Amino acid sequence: MFPNILLLWIAGIAIVLLSHYFDKEKTKQGINKGFKIFKGLFSPFVNIMILASFILIIVPPEIIEQYLGGESGLFGITLSAIIGSITLIPAFIVYPIASELLERGASYMVIATFITTLLMVGVVTYPLESKYFGKKVALVRNALNFFAAIIIGLLIGVIM
Amino acid sequence: MKKYLKEYGFILVFIIFGLVSYFYNFTFGVKASKTFLNMFIEMISFIPIVFILVGLLDAWIPKKKFEKYMGPESGLKGTFLSVIFSMFQAGPLYGAFPIVYILYKKGASVKNIFIFLGCFSSLKIPMLTIETGYLGLEFTLARAAITIPLFIAIGYLMDYYLKDKDFKVTDPTEAQ
Repeated sequence: MFPNILLLWIAGIAIVLLSHYFDKEKTKQGINKGFKIFKGLFSPFVNIMILASFILIIVPPEIIEQYLGGESGLFGITLSAIIGSITLIPAFIVYPIASELLERGASYMVIATFITTLLMVGVVTYPLESKYFGKKVALVRNALNFFAAIIIGLLIGVIM
Repeated sequence: MKKYLKEYGFILVFIIFGLVSYFYNFTFGVKASKTFLNMFIEMISFIPIVFILVGLLDAWIPKKKFEKYMGPESGLKGTFLSVIFSMFQAGPLYGAFPIVYILYKKGASVKNIFIFLGCFSSLKIPMLTIETGYLGLEFTLARAAITIPLFIAIGYLMDYYLKDKDFKVTDPTEAQ
């Protein structure tokens, strides 16, 4: 956790300085914009974290490990793919939960599948997507991405 | 006042709940508060820099220049640009559909539209920075490296599937 954060800050500050060197006005605008987005997202972000902390306390780590751990295999992957497909949570809100699940015994394989389906497959957004692409095309796209997510999870499991 | 209460009310109730649990030794509440506190500290330690970067990205990147190069004859260059273009976006999947409609209107190919959509949802730079913070650089790079070729493949598959079909992207807001 710590080296990642340090890396982000060092890279981030370097980029801010570089941007400032080239264009002071744009940099100021950008930083203001960034804070504005952050302010808007702060309370939904914190609310989800509160809910997640309760759920994580109620569900014992053994259950998480059993269903989402390395031993859960194809069942764990399929389960996380289905959950990821039917839930609609903004991605960045899901990362803190993913990191807690990892600490409690979930596998990278399952987390990668969950995140990918969450991002790519949308049962809730399907009606909206159908309006843009047509029902059949939207269905095919979601199905293809569902299987892609499972492949991504399996490959992550091989790598990590 | 009412606006603030609506936005921060839940957080306020939780803080009170946490304090009461602490003073009355209510184990469940103390545990939940500690989990929350860990998550919160983790978040506040790097999220500000991520949003500064998101803001800078927004200020620097011109948003409308890419679509010219995403047409059916754009070849590998078009594929490459679709991936790059999508990475400089922000927002959830349903925010991508209106952009896809504009790309379609401006002549982007079916293949590039679906490559854009795939990469939009899971390779946006702001999101990747957050992912790095929470799940590590190794995981983030591995996932991105696996994801890009798969989504390009999906682009080709969709292109193949829709070749003889009369595929159109329609704008639902315009139809009404």
